[in-house]
Amino acid sequence: MIENVLVANRGEIALRIFRSCRDAGIGTVAVYSDADEASPHVAAADAAIRLPGDTPAQTYLRGDLVVRAALAAGADAVHPGYGFLSENADFARAVAEAGLVWIGPEPGAMRAMGSKVESKRLMADAGVPVLPELDPAEVSESDLPVLVKASAGGGGRGMRVVRELAGLDEAVRGASAEAASAFGDATVFCERYLDTGRHIEVQVLADTHGTVWAVGERECSIQRRHQKVVEETPSPLVDAAMRERLFAAATSAAKAVDYTGAGTVEFLATGDGDFYFLEMNTRLQVEHPVTECTTGLDLVAWQLRIAEGARLDPEPPQWTGHAIEVRLYAEDPAEDWQPQSGTLHTVEVPGVVAEFVVPGSYGIRLDSGVVDGSVVGVHYDPMLAKVISYGPERASAARALAGALARARIHGLRTNRDLLVNVLRHPAFLAGETDTAFLDRHGLAALAAPLADGDAVRLSALAAALADAAANRARAAVLGGLPSGWRNVGSLPQRKTYTVAGVEHEVRYRLGRDGLRAEGFDDVTLVEARPEHVVLETRGVRRVFTVARYPGLVAVDSPLGPVSLVPVPRFTDPDAEVAAGSLLAPMPGTVVRIAVEQGQAVRAGEPLLWLEAMKMEHRIAAPADGVVTELPVVASQQVEPGTVLAVVNTEE
Amino acid sequence: MTALRSTLDTASAEFAGYRDAMLAKLAELETEHAKAVEGGGEKYTTRHHQRGKLLARERIELLVDEDSPFLELSPLAGWGSDFTVGASVVTGIGVVEGVECMIIANDPTVRGGSSNPWTVRKIFRASDIALENRLPVLNLVESGGADLPTQKEIFIPGGRLFRDLTRLSAAGIPTIALVFGNSTAGGAYVPGMSDHVVMIEERSKVFLGGPPLVKMATGEESDDESLGGAAMHARSSGLADYLARDEPDALRIGRRIVARLNWAKRGPAPAPVSPPRYDEEELLGVVPDGLKVPFDPRDVLARVVDGSEFDEFKPLYGTSLVTGWARVHGYPVGVLANARGILFSEESQKAAQFIQLANQTNTPLLFLHNTTGYMVGKDYEQGGIIKHGAMMINAVSNSKVPHVSLLIGASYGAGHYGMCGRAYDPRFLFAWPSAKSAVMGPQQLAGVLSIVARAASEARGQAYDEDGDAAMRAAVEAQVEAESLPTFLSGRLYDDGVIDPRDTRTVLGLCLSAIHTNSVEGARFDGTGFGVFRM
Repeated sequence: MIENVLVANRGEIALRIFRSCRDAGIGTVAVYSDADEASPHVAAADAAIRLPGDTPAQTYLRGDLVVRAALAAGADAVHPGYGFLSENADFARAVAEAGLVWIGPEPGAMRAMGSKVESKRLMADAGVPVLPELDPAEVSESDLPVLVKASAGGGGRGMRVVRELAGLDEAVRGASAEAASAFGDATVFCERYLDTGRHIEVQVLADTHGTVWAVGERECSIQRRHQKVVEETPSPLVDAAMRERLFAAATSAAKAVDYTGAGTVEFLATGDGDFYFLEMNTRLQVEHPVTECTTGLDLVAWQLRIAEGARLDPEPPQWTGHAIEVRLYAEDPAEDWQPQSGTLHTVEVPGVVAEFVVPGSYGIRLDSGVVDGSVVGVHYDPMLAKVISYGPERASAARALAGALARARIHGLRTNRDLLVNVLRHPAFLAGETDTAFLDRHGLAALAAPLADGDAVRLSALAAALADAAANRARAAVLGGLPSGWRNVGSLPQRKTYTVAGVEHEVRYRLGRDGLRAEGFDDVTLVEARPEHVVLETRGVRRVFTVARYPGLVAVDSPLGPVSLVPVPRFTDPDAEVAAGSLLAPMPGTVVRIAVEQGQAVRAGEPLLWLEAMKMEHRIAAPADGVVTELPVVASQQVEPGTVLAVVNTEE
Repeated sequence: MTALRSTLDTASAEFAGYRDAMLAKLAELETEHAKAVEGGGEKYTTRHHQRGKLLARERIELLVDEDSPFLELSPLAGWGSDFTVGASVVTGIGVVEGVECMIIANDPTVRGGSSNPWTVRKIFRASDIALENRLPVLNLVESGGADLPTQKEIFIPGGRLFRDLTRLSAAGIPTIALVFGNSTAGGAYVPGMSDHVVMIEERSKVFLGGPPLVKMATGEESDDESLGGAAMHARSSGLADYLARDEPDALRIGRRIVARLNWAKRGPAPAPVSPPRYDEEELLGVVPDGLKVPFDPRDVLARVVDGSEFDEFKPLYGTSLVTGWARVHGYPVGVLANARGILFSEESQKAAQFIQLANQTNTPLLFLHNTTGYMVGKDYEQGGIIKHGAMMINAVSNSKVPHVSLLIGASYGAGHYGMCGRAYDPRFLFAWPSAKSAVMGPQQLAGVLSIVARAASEARGQAYDEDGDAAMRAAVEAQVEAESLPTFLSGRLYDDGVIDPRDTRTVLGLCLSAIHTNSVEGARFDGTGFGVFRM
């Protein structure tokens, strides 16, 4: 019997595993990096052990430290979660050699499936359909487009699409380098790339007694940069006949490597129902909750039980209903998916019926790795939470999920929430026309458009101003009980300015005995204004605006859509202003290289330095011809957003 | 607590008529206020804006805390004179960084912000209020100096401007000058006498004599910047403590200065506040138009004081004067309000006793005026009305608790004095548009003149010119009527402003809060003098 599990992971997946452990009466041990010291998963565990450092390489990828931590904390089993060390056979072996139970498949199966090249050969032998593998050196024009993949990869890292032969070498080099840094294995290979393929995967569970279940398929076609964004089960593409073939292929794949535990066999399918083996993920998937919703299975509980030698029934349970999961990321889809970091002041999803557990009824399940006030850093994946909708059928599940997301209060960080809602409400999505090119085909311009339209933003700015006015009155040291902005001689309105997505909105208003008079809002009546609650009536229609205030942010949520307003201070301290021509860090990161020196003349567009953030190098280029007059940073320096990186003087 | 039961019939025709009359007066008042706000008019306002400068009221709006109230004082100063209404300066009480301050801002769109006789009187009044109530002073300076054609009215008394500044400082009341433009010659002493001085780069100009004068005096060639530029004063003369980049920056610095005053109010904090039970909107219909009919001041109090709660003192004695205890925005007040206009001996003695009681308990007093004066006639003279009126005036004069006077109806004769008229230094005095104040009513005054003239004519054995008498009476009546109106009196700085009756509670609350910036203490009842005299 397992008594005490160390989870070699962080965030929502650690919390998810802890929940199943707790339900089973099993003790929990967390590990945490310095950056994660205040993370919810640390607080949730019975014991927590620090892994010094911030980067994954220093912390969650250090198998030796994790094993040592497990022993120190008296754990008798290790659950790897997903990502990090979850598919590292050497780690699995090290865990076992330390006398601990490895909650996952045998290292042999992991190794076999870990090599993409090897696994495809095995699968072909087992009769599972595969796309032929291409040697990068032998790729020809007729093979294009091709996908360059890291043999040890996963999660989209180390992947490149190549459409012209000229770009092949660079793509191979890039993918190889990324693979080396992410997985410690630089091996890459190529295969034909299906532009409009559909990503269908099958969840399997296999016990140590030879029973293999295929418990359901998932479609995860909507992806950005090869990372899944929307996942659902059942797939709208898959009919009963195709499901039978998929399940059979998945079961064969698992049996071919004597797989045990929970695993996922991934296929790339075409619109007419053909599918090819992509890879097998020898671990729990991020999107496992959708399968849990429709099957009622607790997959983590089964992982634990199988590790203890339990037997599966001969037949898997029947699935029912439809479940859709979206991944809520701190990122800006409109700005090339730029990851966002900073403080997440508030995250509230309405209508949640279950957290980390299989919901007992139709409704919203939330698996969140963050809490109000969580600081999202630059070292890890910026996924905040998974929001899962379980409904009787696809359309109602999608509508409920879109509604919950649209009404969610998410303050402090830009997220992909609006994009998710737009996808879930998109006619093509609702028609089941989901493939890997979905986002490209329908365009980010439309899909990333804010839920709040121009009128909603204006009304929200008005609500923010009125709530701020009420807050000012409420905290006034003197005369707080007098009417807001009272004047015995009327002259000027009160003014408040906010920026929304860089656009200034000035609200000019008076609150007199006749109520609200706001310029440009002749048809708006103020019903009620409190610091956190404003009711406005527009042409007879009342709406409630909920207002939250944080340093440098006023967040207004209403049925018209969420609006984040940055209050423009009445005054700016000249000493705090930055010099003209200053180039500011767009995000937190590390200066990796500096290409210029102070005093150097530069041309417009010439790179000055590179900033690494979230595993990507961002080029900081001269905005115009000029001279670098200041260069206040050095290589390897950590910078916060807004840090002056360089000043380019464009005058003579 | 005893809640007032107002018997005002808001559905009556009288109420509607009084209300209409009051609204008409308010519309006229609004027109006069608009003149003050307009300042120098569109041409000068546009020119001022084109120079990248803010108007006086724009400066104030940026200076005070967002959404805080601002009570403008003496907005009608100079009304009825040759000068622009408002007297080219804006004064008022505003909240800066949570501190109630006296703000004085020159209006440079009116003749370059130059000071006329009404300007200096308005600023004197502001200084008095600051001193009595211990309000830090913020001067927003941009003035061309004295209005030269009227220098004879300004030069000699005007020296008080600078004296007041340093006396405020000496009394522990900080003075801050934000210099937005010219502050030259005598005006240079405004920053000169202030505790904290902010000047604006390339905008402020502060010198005793400009280049032409210097050239005439000593032959020296110079320019504005070297004689009085902000940068020079910040770096060389030390007259400027802070150099601001622009107008908003000067206001920002001004706010920071106030934030660092570590100001604490000395008066007791207000009690929790509950609003009146009656709608203050109904105050529009309380006062009978023409003031011919008395009205019950309890109908006013019921719409002004906290919870409409009022504990009346001596309700059965001297019933023509209502006295009692209440709170306004949490501040305790003793109220003296005329009920039926006339002050008799009983009312006078009741007032004297009540004022002593308020002093004994350090309770501020609120006077609601609607009096035609002390009663005349044989019986009353023989009953000692002078003696009793004198007791009341004695008590009002020597009372040390803060007084606030509000003229809601008539305020005639010595009754104006006994009810703490302007000469009795109430901390604040405001008037409703319905108020009238003069030595006596216009008709009475004309009638008295007529009787005296008729008697003189008869003594000389001449026939009295009845037509001439009628014309004289009409002319006198019209003149006195005009001169007893609140706009006229406000123009002469005899009050601190004419207010909308519906703003009464707000104005009183703001004034009482300002008053409590200083300590609130009555005349001494500390064992060294007499007890309260029962009368």
